[in-house]
Amino acid sequence: MLARIKQFIDTFLLTELLRGMALTGRYLFGRKFTVQYPDEKTPQSPRFRGLHAQRRYANGEERCIACKLCEAVCPAMAIQIESAQREDGTRRTTRYDIDLTKCIFCGFCEEACPVDAIVETRIFEYHGEKRGDLYYTKEMLLAVGDKYEEQIARDKAADAKYR
Amino acid sequence: MEAIQELLGPAWTPVWTLAKIIAIVLPLLIAVAYLTYAERKIIGYMQVRIGPNRVGFFGFRLVGLGQPIADAVKLMTKEIVIPTGANKTLFLTAPVLAMAPALAAWAVIPFTDEMVLANIDASLLYIMAITSMGVYGVIVAGWASNSKYALLGALRSAAQIVSYEIAMGFALVGVLLAAQSLNLVDIVRGQEGGFWHWYWLPLFPLFLVYLISGVAETNRAPFDVAEGESEIVAGFHVDYSGMAFAVFFLAEYTNMILIAALTSLMFLGGWLSPVPFLPDGFGWLAAKMSFILFLFLWFRATFPRYRYDQIMRLGWKVFIPVTLVWLLVMAGFMQTPWGDLFH
Repeated sequence: MLARIKQFIDTFLLTELLRGMALTGRYLFGRKFTVQYPDEKTPQSPRFRGLHAQRRYANGEERCIACKLCEAVCPAMAIQIESAQREDGTRRTTRYDIDLTKCIFCGFCEEACPVDAIVETRIFEYHGEKRGDLYYTKEMLLAVGDKYEEQIARDKAADAKYR
Repeated sequence: MEAIQELLGPAWTPVWTLAKIIAIVLPLLIAVAYLTYAERKIIGYMQVRIGPNRVGFFGFRLVGLGQPIADAVKLMTKEIVIPTGANKTLFLTAPVLAMAPALAAWAVIPFTDEMVLANIDASLLYIMAITSMGVYGVIVAGWASNSKYALLGALRSAAQIVSYEIAMGFALVGVLLAAQSLNLVDIVRGQEGGFWHWYWLPLFPLFLVYLISGVAETNRAPFDVAEGESEIVAGFHVDYSGMAFAVFFLAEYTNMILIAALTSLMFLGGWLSPVPFLPDGFGWLAAKMSFILFLFLWFRATFPRYRYDQIMRLGWKVFIPVTLVWLLVMAGFMQTPWGDLFH
């Protein structure tokens, strides 16, 4: 009985509504968590999975040996590889394309690669202006690798002790 | 001024009235624009976000003050899509039907003792009559769109507005009893004497009922089932785009400001100063309206949407009995020597 009277009074005095408003009222003056993106950026992990890159060894030789493990593991079938024998008798890719519009950035290709040739970099601010711009060929991937090799090597080293 | 009056002769009255109308409507529309900005900013802050802060003027950001202007330009340049199955005439008439009453009601709102466009005797009655017309815009919009969501939204909105109008009307009867007048200027004058003489105190239950019914009347959260973007996409205005949509938007916010103005005039002493040593003036009315509007935004940031049957229950089974009982108490007390308590 007493509980019912209390509930009746609480209902008519809108106490629960006022408690709710007090909560949002407190948050009005609270610290804001917004990251103002182009001016501020959130920290990135060395394992960040962004734009792909093909790496080279220090002597300039490309790492990829055309084993096609990445092509096989790719769940989105975004990778296409064709290979041929080079004059020195080694097997190399003649074609290595990644369709970034298919890619789901799962990182399996990076995991599958026995020679750390295909990697995903920290780059995520890129775009295509027309159809086909996001279809990355071997030359484009190698160019990305050449440009960011320093960063890629550092990230690989930072993650190495966990594998 | 008198030279112009002589020059125009009989044309002076319409020209002067037109000038006054523009002097009310223009600031009102600017207020609506910045109310949307305030809404996004305040709700953002309550959700621990910052809200719009990029668009400014002349290369300065100015905490996003240019946002409403940018939004207006965007809406004006957008295409108005008319659905194939829609009734074209009614489809385009509906926004006008929603907007016209929202603006017309401002004719009798007194900003100070003298600053009122039409100081008619039954101004409260006029307001009740005119604001009830707004629901036609919603019904016509929902029907003319020829879409099930729009029709559902329109039905909900119509039923809701009609139910809460009754509670609102009864709350106003209390004000009439206290002020012994239907004229808004007289109602405010009846509250002279400072903070504790305003009607919010003797009419406290009616004040709450009026405020909450006001939120329901304008279809604002937590009573926004008519829009219900998460269930019936946007209710009666799903099929509206561009300026036609913007007019509905303007009407909703104009109505919000109107309810805020009426609440301030009838329960919070309008332009009267809360303390005797400060002068009365329009500034007080503006401050009280801003407070009520802030409450509207605060409600929206805090409360989840009511279920439809709960809205109806609240309107019919709680508000109407509460107002009736309080009216009876008031009317009874006024026959006794303690009747002055309610004046």
